[in-house]
Amino acid sequence: MHGPAAKLDADKAAAKKSKLGVILFLCYTLVYIGFVFIGLMDPELLELHVLGKQNLAIVYGFGLIILAIVMGFIYNAVCSRYEDQMNNK
Amino acid sequence: MIYNVSPGAIIIFMTFVAAVLGLSFYFARKTKSASGYYAAGGNIHWGVNGIAFAGDYLSAASFLGICGMIAFSGYDGFLYSIGYLAGWVVALFLVAEPLKRLGKYTFTDALDARFNSKSIKLTASFSTLIVSVFYLIPQMVGAGDLVVPLLGLPHYVGVLIVGSIVIFIVATAGMTSTTYVQFIKGALLIIFSTILTGYILTNGLNLNPGGDYHKFITVGAVFEDNKLTGVDDPEYKVENVYAVDANHTFVSLQKEGITRFFKLSADSSTLVEMLSVATASDGTKLYNGEPKSAGKFYQVGHLTKIEVDGVEVDKTGPLGPFEFLSTLENAELVRFTKAEIKEAQATVWYQTPTSGKEMINPGLLLKVSSKAGATFWTKLNFVSLMLALFLGTSALPHILIRYYTVASQRAARKSTIVAIAAIGFFYILTLYMGLGASFNGVIDLESSNMSGPLLAKYFGVGLFSIISAIAFATVLGTVAGLIVASSGAIAHDFMDNYLGMKMDDRRKVKAGKMAAFSVGIFAIILGILFKGMNVSFLVGLAFAVAASANLPSILFLLFWEKTTAKGISWSIMTGIASSVLIILLSPSMFERYGLDKATAPIPLDNPGIISIPLAALVLVVVSLLSQKDNHSKVENYHHD
Repeated sequence: MHGPAAKLDADKAAAKKSKLGVILFLCYTLVYIGFVFIGLMDPELLELHVLGKQNLAIVYGFGLIILAIVMGFIYNAVCSRYEDQMNNK
Repeated sequence: MIYNVSPGAIIIFMTFVAAVLGLSFYFARKTKSASGYYAAGGNIHWGVNGIAFAGDYLSAASFLGICGMIAFSGYDGFLYSIGYLAGWVVALFLVAEPLKRLGKYTFTDALDARFNSKSIKLTASFSTLIVSVFYLIPQMVGAGDLVVPLLGLPHYVGVLIVGSIVIFIVATAGMTSTTYVQFIKGALLIIFSTILTGYILTNGLNLNPGGDYHKFITVGAVFEDNKLTGVDDPEYKVENVYAVDANHTFVSLQKEGITRFFKLSADSSTLVEMLSVATASDGTKLYNGEPKSAGKFYQVGHLTKIEVDGVEVDKTGPLGPFEFLSTLENAELVRFTKAEIKEAQATVWYQTPTSGKEMINPGLLLKVSSKAGATFWTKLNFVSLMLALFLGTSALPHILIRYYTVASQRAARKSTIVAIAAIGFFYILTLYMGLGASFNGVIDLESSNMSGPLLAKYFGVGLFSIISAIAFATVLGTVAGLIVASSGAIAHDFMDNYLGMKMDDRRKVKAGKMAAFSVGIFAIILGILFKGMNVSFLVGLAFAVAASANLPSILFLLFWEKTTAKGISWSIMTGIASSVLIILLSPSMFERYGLDKATAPIPLDNPGIISIPLAALVLVVVSLLSQKDNHSKVENYHHD
């Protein structure tokens, strides 16, 4: 009745992947909260030049985007390894 | 704004639309089953699906709305880019794979997988419909904005064209066609945005935006007995003085029978020309004192000072991506701020000198600094927006259904990562495209949404035509995805599952198509009603409604064993009701109703900070109170 559209095999790595996902999510959330917190409590701090002639607003903003991409690749690499090891593929 | 329509632009546009329709015809012949219609048979390659995700996600809000917001308000528009992308982290790390494991065709299936509950079927399908409609509004508004300069047609015609084409696409082919349209368009949008950014950097900063850029007039003010009686140019006569508040005195001057509006400078020595749209006594609209066809409502935005290595220059020449930002930080430019003169029935835009430093820091739109007059509510609004953007992505039904178009959890994960990389790269480009639009004399003050395409026009009609056609296809694709999600909610979740109308595959697809037609008509009406609002702002509201209605249910279902069907249903309804109510009572909506925004009972534009925690709290409390129902939970759902 409510099964997936494509038939899925049992995934023995699901629990480990889920745990890794939660850890990475919490790490990213902390960095994101840091950005919101600075914007809220001390927005002038974002004007400071922190990398060459670039201010913190630009570096942090670009950093959050790039960090999401990098963490995505790490997550995929580790999850694929878990799946290969635990699902015997 | 009056635009010159280019035949080349029309040809390119028509070719794009024809290609999209051709693709739909092709896939329509292949789509016979419900699985094919709603989930593309679960057979899309993860790479294609990833770029299609980007195509779905980089909607009118991203290209039109964010670029426009950055052009008008600098870095604050870029906050949307940051928040939109961060939302994918929630999708990837918490939602993608478990949801893929739980669902079949729709988000409702996934939520209901463990419970088989009527109330979940009803509330989740209702939520899908509400969120999709909220998300449809900005897409339709953006479509209307696009056809004005592209085809020289009125806004409502653009809305009608998009609505009709999309209804046709969805009613013929469903998810397979939508996926491939999104894939092609997502890829093209990223490629051509990269080219546009290349043009911006090569062009650098220039004090002169172009040969036909309007030279704004400044005249000296003449006072007698502390009263403004004239100006130092004898051709102008003072008509009226409007002292709006302590800092804003506007003056209408007449020359050769034409009335133009000026702003008195802070030291009362000069009057500086503004742009205006006024309603004449016979009801006609006058643009800078003349009919619209006279073309006197100019495109604006210019630099007043460029400094390189401490030396003032007229232009910089080509700049690297980081050099562009640091040079702009030391420059000065003129933005235009909107104001109303009620006695004159006029909307005016006055020149606001702005430093480059203000442009690449937060604060021009969202007041967060106490020095800039931030209050408790403006700060809360900032947090609320960032929260809604962060949590909204993984609660959008048209994004969630894309997880069902791939074959496995691994494919779902990989396509999400492709999406994050493509979308992240594009969002970095939005900063350059928006800032480039702010000072190259391309801004249409009546529609911030057109800043990106009009910047492309500055570099050539060919680029403008292609980018506009892609943006139009973007809207087509996103609207198609939303309508598939909505029709799934009505036909599959509500009619088939909730009402128990046992339909065969053929009737199920037919019901979906009829639902798509109805939602499409509704979207057309809303698109016309909301003309003129920034599409990214509107999408921010859709994110807030999605995050409030759906995300607590998704996360608690995945991570809290005590979650019950009643808890989910109550949470969804609380999220919808509270977020929609706060939006309807917000300052922005009060302005839309024609009321004073200061009288709005809730001084929050984005409801997320209240409605998301409230929906989560209701879920926890109701679940704890209904634990006895949990014994009916359908165990081993994945073997079903």
